[in-house]
Amino acid sequence: MSSEVVIKAEHLSLTFETNDGPVHALQDVNLEIKRGEFVSFIGPSGCGKTTFLRVMADLEQPTGGSICVNGMTPAEARKARAYGYVFQAAGLYPWRTIGGNIRLPLEIMGIPKAEQAERVAKVLKLVHLEGFEKKFPWQLSGGMQQRASIARALAFDADLLLMDEPFGALDEIVRDHLNEQLLELWAETNKTICFVTHSIPEAVYLSTKIVVMSPRPGRVTDVIESTLPRERPLDIRETQEFLDIAHRVREGLRAGHGDE
Amino acid sequence: MNTTLVLGAIVFWLAAWGLNIWLSKQKQTRFIRVIVPVIFGITLLVVWELLVRGLNIKAVLLPPPSMIGAKFVDSLPILWADFQQTFIKGALSGYFIGCGAAFLTAIAIDRSPFLQKGLLPVGNFVAALPIIGMAPILVMWLGFGWQSKAAVVVIMVFFPMLVNTVQGLQAADHMQKDLMRTYAASYWQSLLKLRLPAAAPFIFNGLKISTTLALIGAIVAEFFGSPIVGMGFRISTEVGRLSLDMVWAEIAVAAMAGSAFYGVVSLLERAATFWHPSQRG
Repeated sequence: MSSEVVIKAEHLSLTFETNDGPVHALQDVNLEIKRGEFVSFIGPSGCGKTTFLRVMADLEQPTGGSICVNGMTPAEARKARAYGYVFQAAGLYPWRTIGGNIRLPLEIMGIPKAEQAERVAKVLKLVHLEGFEKKFPWQLSGGMQQRASIARALAFDADLLLMDEPFGALDEIVRDHLNEQLLELWAETNKTICFVTHSIPEAVYLSTKIVVMSPRPGRVTDVIESTLPRERPLDIRETQEFLDIAHRVREGLRAGHGDE
Repeated sequence: MNTTLVLGAIVFWLAAWGLNIWLSKQKQTRFIRVIVPVIFGITLLVVWELLVRGLNIKAVLLPPPSMIGAKFVDSLPILWADFQQTFIKGALSGYFIGCGAAFLTAIAIDRSPFLQKGLLPVGNFVAALPIIGMAPILVMWLGFGWQSKAAVVVIMVFFPMLVNTVQGLQAADHMQKDLMRTYAASYWQSLLKLRLPAAAPFIFNGLKISTTLALIGAIVAEFFGSPIVGMGFRISTEVGRLSLDMVWAEIAVAAMAGSAFYGVVSLLERAATFWHPSQRG
């Protein structure tokens, strides 16, 4: 694993001007993410974790500080199609089949037809949705839709995967299953993943690095390097090491709340 | 008054009513779904026929359906010529020009906030113009031919189509648009692959409303001057000659043409927006 820096934020801040006065969504955020890391952003709602992800994706503009994505500005990175983004809801286009949805970014990026089919088949396999290519999104369960949306983000093979609470709307059992599959996928593709969540077990189970954030103003209160091995069976969640990290995350969250 | 016929009407009505109630309690097959409204329609015609004859109502007030039917068959060439003049030339060409122009205008408005502020109010204004007032003026400008009728239709369909399309182009949600942005999609890619498909249910709504408006516009415009052919022309002159059976025959043509037109657009809608919750059922 190289130690190349993929994301570098320095004194990053973002203030939304609203009718009720300014809202400090992000304040003085400093963070480095290296290639191949799995980074979780955790915190209560309003802590700016989603905003930070959206800044990386050039969906929001910072009002202060700087941020680099793959050594470029977020806008350049977006135009270079440097990342795949997975939203809170699957957001599949209902008029396209599952295959058609996954093909969408490939069509936009002008990838030849034959290669499109090949890639669609490949990512469908990665998320275990073989045989569903011709189905429409509304014919699939929520979990399957979310897997399809991950496949869509993987289709154009960007090195960076940004995921905004992708499993937030799913039930615990489906979520466990998808978490396991996500780790598998990460091991197979060796992508850098930034993952927003508000579930402590999810963050600890998935991540090599956990960024704990707190609200008003949104800022980073703790960055925890996980000591868990990269290979993680589901029952790792019952080990003492896992519980210790979870405890530290919980402490970080509580400390953030204490300042209010 | 012929009591037998009146009683016959009541008996027939009760029998058909009972039959339909019984049918609607059966298992809902495709056949039953079709036959129930058909029985209703037939009953309406039979009761109309029997009451008009039984109560000796004058044909000027309300001719019986059999008389209208006979007139219809007798006057097929005239009805066909009127249909071509009013529906094909007036209504259809106005419909295509009006809906097409509204669609393009909607895309222009959507692209430019300036037009959005400037053109939409003008559209509102045009929509508020009373068609009865506009039709004679357009006939003065464009002559008695079908062109003036098409122009009236254009004015009638333009606004509903415009408003629906503009609204439809805003139907794609934030997440779907953000997704396009993360792909660095161009304006046209995003329009063709996201916003137009998302707008389709709204666009078809506009197209469906416009079908009926087009027919009304084309017929009414003929009241203010036309060559000696056309559905509106025929209705206004035949009323003057008290041959109400011919008026009703024209109304029947208009009803059939209007329903078929609406039906065709609905079928296209189902094919294009099969994915929408309202069409999935």
